[in-house]
Amino acid sequence: MTPNLNLWLIPVLPLAGAAINGFLGKKSSRTAVSTVALFFPGAAFAWALLVVLRGYSSLPYTEYLAHWIRSGSFTADFAFYLDQLSLVMLLVVTGVGFLIHVYAVGYMWEDPSYYRFFSYLNLFMFFMLTLVLANNYLLMFIGWEGVGLASYLLIGFWFAKDSAASAGKKAFIVNRIGDCGYLIGLFLLIQHFKSLDFAQVFQGVAHLTPGAETESLLTAIGILLMVGACGKSAQIPLYVWLPDAMEGPTPVSALIHAATMVTAGVYMVARSHMIFERAPIALNIVAIIGTLTALFAATIGITQTDIKKVLAYSTVSQLGYMFMACGVGAFSAGIFHLMTHAFFKGLLFLAAGSVIHAVGGEQDMRKMGGLRSFTPWTFLTMGIATLAIAGIPPFAGFWSKDEILWKAFSSEHGSWVFWLVGVITAFITSFYMFRLLFMTFFGDYRGAQAENHGHGSHGHGHDAHGLPHESPMVMLVPLMILAVLSVVGGLVGIGNGFEHFLAPVFGSGAGEAVGEAAGRGTEFLLMGVSVAVALLGLILAYVLYVSKPELPQKVAASLGLFYDAVLNKYYVDELYAKVFVKPLVEGSTNVLWQGVDRKVIDDTVNHAADGARQVSDEVRHMQSGNLRSYAGWIAAGAAVVIAYMVWMGVGR
Amino acid sequence: MVPLSYYLVLSGILFACGVTGFLIKRNIITIFMSIELMLNGVNLSFVAFAAHWHALAGQIFVFFVMVVAAAEAAVGLAIIIAVYRTRETLNVDQVNLLKL
Repeated sequence: MTPNLNLWLIPVLPLAGAAINGFLGKKSSRTAVSTVALFFPGAAFAWALLVVLRGYSSLPYTEYLAHWIRSGSFTADFAFYLDQLSLVMLLVVTGVGFLIHVYAVGYMWEDPSYYRFFSYLNLFMFFMLTLVLANNYLLMFIGWEGVGLASYLLIGFWFAKDSAASAGKKAFIVNRIGDCGYLIGLFLLIQHFKSLDFAQVFQGVAHLTPGAETESLLTAIGILLMVGACGKSAQIPLYVWLPDAMEGPTPVSALIHAATMVTAGVYMVARSHMIFERAPIALNIVAIIGTLTALFAATIGITQTDIKKVLAYSTVSQLGYMFMACGVGAFSAGIFHLMTHAFFKGLLFLAAGSVIHAVGGEQDMRKMGGLRSFTPWTFLTMGIATLAIAGIPPFAGFWSKDEILWKAFSSEHGSWVFWLVGVITAFITSFYMFRLLFMTFFGDYRGAQAENHGHGSHGHGHDAHGLPHESPMVMLVPLMILAVLSVVGGLVGIGNGFEHFLAPVFGSGAGEAVGEAAGRGTEFLLMGVSVAVALLGLILAYVLYVSKPELPQKVAASLGLFYDAVLNKYYVDELYAKVFVKPLVEGSTNVLWQGVDRKVIDDTVNHAADGARQVSDEVRHMQSGNLRSYAGWIAAGAAVVIAYMVWMGVGR
Repeated sequence: MVPLSYYLVLSGILFACGVTGFLIKRNIITIFMSIELMLNGVNLSFVAFAAHWHALAGQIFVFFVMVVAAAEAAVGLAIIIAVYRTRETLNVDQVNLLKL
């Protein structure tokens, strides 16, 4: 007998928090707002844990709530689905999400729109949990769009700042492009499987007869779904919104643009693994896009000086790893990296927020330095996260990244090219992360203390802000918890533990075991290589940014044009502006606005009005005010009517 | 017995007199009287037809016309007085504010 797990409570609790804070928060005290804001996501986390305890044995579990759409043979219901995959996502979203909420209480304390922030943040949790728990593609799409909305609201949270408002719009619009692909993919699914239910679709896929037709159909669906995933998970060519999204408050960057929302694309691809597994071309494209994105974003990360921008490009790059994993058919490795990434990248962002907090709103790393002694806890936790993301054993990132690289090399869909690019990326990742760490925490403090630190730009009212200072406990405790997770989070992957855990979802991969035994030696060799490149990155960063800080300038100068290109993010934004935005703006200006709107619609209305005025100008002179002329008109009119009746004979 | 056509001709003459007076006179009172003349011209034809066809409807209609004419006279004269008080004239050509 399956126990009733009441899954619906998990998304609805944060929604209640969002509603309470949204409607009543304005008049409430900050304490009340933060109590509500923390209670509901916390309760959702607690309930999720309870669900794990009570329902683990009865997975996969479906909870049917209500009818939604019943149209002919097509149905879509409000129903939730829980299996090992959504369980992982559920715990990551509620757990990391709750920690970030706690952190945000400290980080946003001074903001005048405190209640609005938490209302949005809880709303985000609701949509994200809907996305994760949905049992059909359509309900997932609701969550998908909802997190996009929450992301838009939170990126543009400081909407008075022009750059924040346009960054929000950019994120929203770029995501729409991806959603277009996702939607068309859903239409194809409806057309061929008459359903959007995961179970029914996958059953339908399994029963398709193998052949070229089936493969091309699944490839089309796979590519379209991947376009959607590219938008949400910031992959080439739709990654451009994520770096700009750093205009939002730092907890938002941590929660939405690092730990949870941007991984929705990976989750969706993994959820659709039945489709992708039977569409090798789509799978290959996923792998290629992921690999390219990983390398591409990592190189941009080297030159960024804004601490959050570095992390943003790093996120894009790590998402590329996850795509690479999914693309070589190693879905569990991708989800594994998704989980560890949520820990260490969430931690990195929160620590970066703590740094920004410490130096009073400054985000430029060139004006930091030497913060080690001022903010020891932040340094410690951020150091752990950096070790984790760089892939130094035994931290979390090592296990998951190594799993991906090994799968990229050994899987039947993989190839040594993916592995090589992955390793190069791992080296670059290690380099720019330690660069960040060294620039921020080592050397001497380069911020001017007398200056008015970043007031206004972030709404932090630091009065008489002197030397950098450590953040309050409410911000440090989440950092420490995430640091612990970043250390131990990878241990579940030892001995393929994580893969076995997800095996009921992705299949056990029977052939894998054979290759595993044969390739053990190779695996250790490759592991050694990736650890070596990570250490190399560390050493290079140390040389360049600690022992010989004048060197980077020279290196940059010697690279010349190439350095300029990287510094300017390969001019991708400029390219998009030229190729897509400018023609669109000019087309709408010249054709739609000046042409259609002005010349056709406006002119029709205006000419009609002009004509009416001219006619009435002539006619109004009849209205002379002279009573006798009126009388004359009446008499004449009457005469005409009578004459008509007499001659034509009315009524006969 | 006077033939019907006599009445109708007289009625037409009365109505034509009324119309002519209405069109050419400038004094409001005279115009007003011309209207009464037109109404009575019509009344005459009503009565003549009623008598000719031995039908009561025409007679009753005449009463209606007289009642309405009386009401109209009361209202019209009141308006004329109001106009005279403000404009100090009864010449309709000078009462021409109602124009564009």
